[in-house]
Amino acid sequence: MTVTSKGFADRLTARPVTHSRITGIGGYRPRRVVPNSELVERIDSSDEWIRERSGILERRFAGEGESVIDMSAFASTPALEMAGVAPEDIDVVLLATVSWPYQTPAAAPMLAERLGTKGAAFDISAACAGYCHGIAVASDLVRTGTARHVLVVGVERLSDFTSLDDRGTAFIFADGAGAAVVSQSDTVGIAPTVWGSDGANWEAISQTESWIDVHQKGLDWPHIGMAGQTVFRWAVWGMAPVAQQALDVAGITADQLDAFIPHQANVRIIDAMAKKLNMPADIPIARDIAYTGNTSAASIPLAMERMVRQGEIPSGGLALQIGFGAGLSFAAQVVVIP
Amino acid sequence: MADQQEILSGLAEIVNEETGLDPAEVQMDKSFTDDLDIDSLSMMTIVVNAEEKFGVRIPDDEVKNLTTVGDAVTFIQNNQG
Repeated sequence: MTVTSKGFADRLTARPVTHSRITGIGGYRPRRVVPNSELVERIDSSDEWIRERSGILERRFAGEGESVIDMSAFASTPALEMAGVAPEDIDVVLLATVSWPYQTPAAAPMLAERLGTKGAAFDISAACAGYCHGIAVASDLVRTGTARHVLVVGVERLSDFTSLDDRGTAFIFADGAGAAVVSQSDTVGIAPTVWGSDGANWEAISQTESWIDVHQKGLDWPHIGMAGQTVFRWAVWGMAPVAQQALDVAGITADQLDAFIPHQANVRIIDAMAKKLNMPADIPIARDIAYTGNTSAASIPLAMERMVRQGEIPSGGLALQIGFGAGLSFAAQVVVIP
Repeated sequence: MADQQEILSGLAEIVNEETGLDPAEVQMDKSFTDDLDIDSLSMMTIVVNAEEKFGVRIPDDEVKNLTTVGDAVTFIQNNQG
C-alpha cells in the first residue's frame, strides 16, 4: 500500500531572509578583585611566575548576590539599553555557560523571566567557544525571521569549579558575564561562522569526574582540569587557520580589521596566535585577560565591551572574534562592532 | 637527513628565536627547564617549530620526556621522516 501526501507541501510560507548585526554589548565584572598574591601560596608560585605564564595581573571572583543569573542580568541590561530593545521584544535568550550549577532546567529561562521576556530560552554548552556559537545561532535565527531580537549571554562562575590547589588552572579561571543583542539589519553585520570540534581531545579540558562518580564513589567536589601544553598547541597552531578562514569567508583581509578579539585564554596564546596570523601591528588586540582572567564563555563579550567603552575600537568597524576551548570546540566570525 | 650536529644547531636557532637565549648556551647536556629556564608553553612552541624544521612529529605525550636538549636531539634524529 502506498501512502500519499495531501499535497500541501508547496503551500508552506517562510519569512524573507534579511541580515543581522550586534546592536548592543554589555558586561559585568564581579566586585571582588583577586590579585595573584592571593593565589600564589597554595600553588607554590609567585606573582611574576603567573604574569609570565598567563599575562594575568588580577581577576574577579563572584560572591553573594553574583550568581550566574545575577551576573547575566547585570550584563544584559546595558546591552539592551545600547540596542534600544525592550526586554519583551527579545524573542530568544541564548545563554552560554559551563558553570550553571543545575543539571536541569537551563539557566536561560530564569534569566528571561528576570529580564521580562517569555521568549524561547536555552543554554549552550560549548565552553570558551560558547559565546561565538551563540552569535552564530542568533545571527541565523534573526536572518531567517525566526526571531526579531536575540539576547546572547556568555557567563561563568568558574571559581565554583576551580581547584585553588591545581597549578595548571588556579590562576587562570575567573568569573564574569558579557551580553550581546543580535537584531535584524539591512546590511551584513555578522559574517558566516567557521566552527567545528575535535572530540578526539575531549579530555584535554574537562571536569575531573562525572557527577555519577562523585555521587556513587563519594568523591570530592570536581573541578575543571586542563592539559596545558596540548591546549596551547591546538589553540595556536590549530586555531590560527580557523581565524584566517573566518576572514576569508567574510571577504576581508586582516589589515581591514578594526579589532582582533580572541578568547581570553592566556596572553601567551593571544600573542602567539596574532603572530601566526601576521596580524598587522596597528590593529587593537583584546588583552582584557590581564585584569579579568579567563572567564570562558564571557571573555569575548567582556573584552569587546571594555574596548568599546574605552573608545579603543570604533562603532561600525570590523572585529574578528574567535572562541575555542573544551570539547574541543571552536567558532569564529567577523562582526560589525556595535 | 640532518645529523646530530645539524639538529643541535637548528634547535639552538629555534630556542634563540623563542627565548632570546644565546645559541651557544643550547648544549646537549642542558635541561630545558632547570638550565635554560624554558617554561612549558615556550617548550611547546619550540617543539612545533622543530617539527616543521625537521619534518618530524613529536606527540604531546612525548614532550614531557624531553628533559634535556640531548633528549630532543636524539628523538628528532630517530624519528626524522
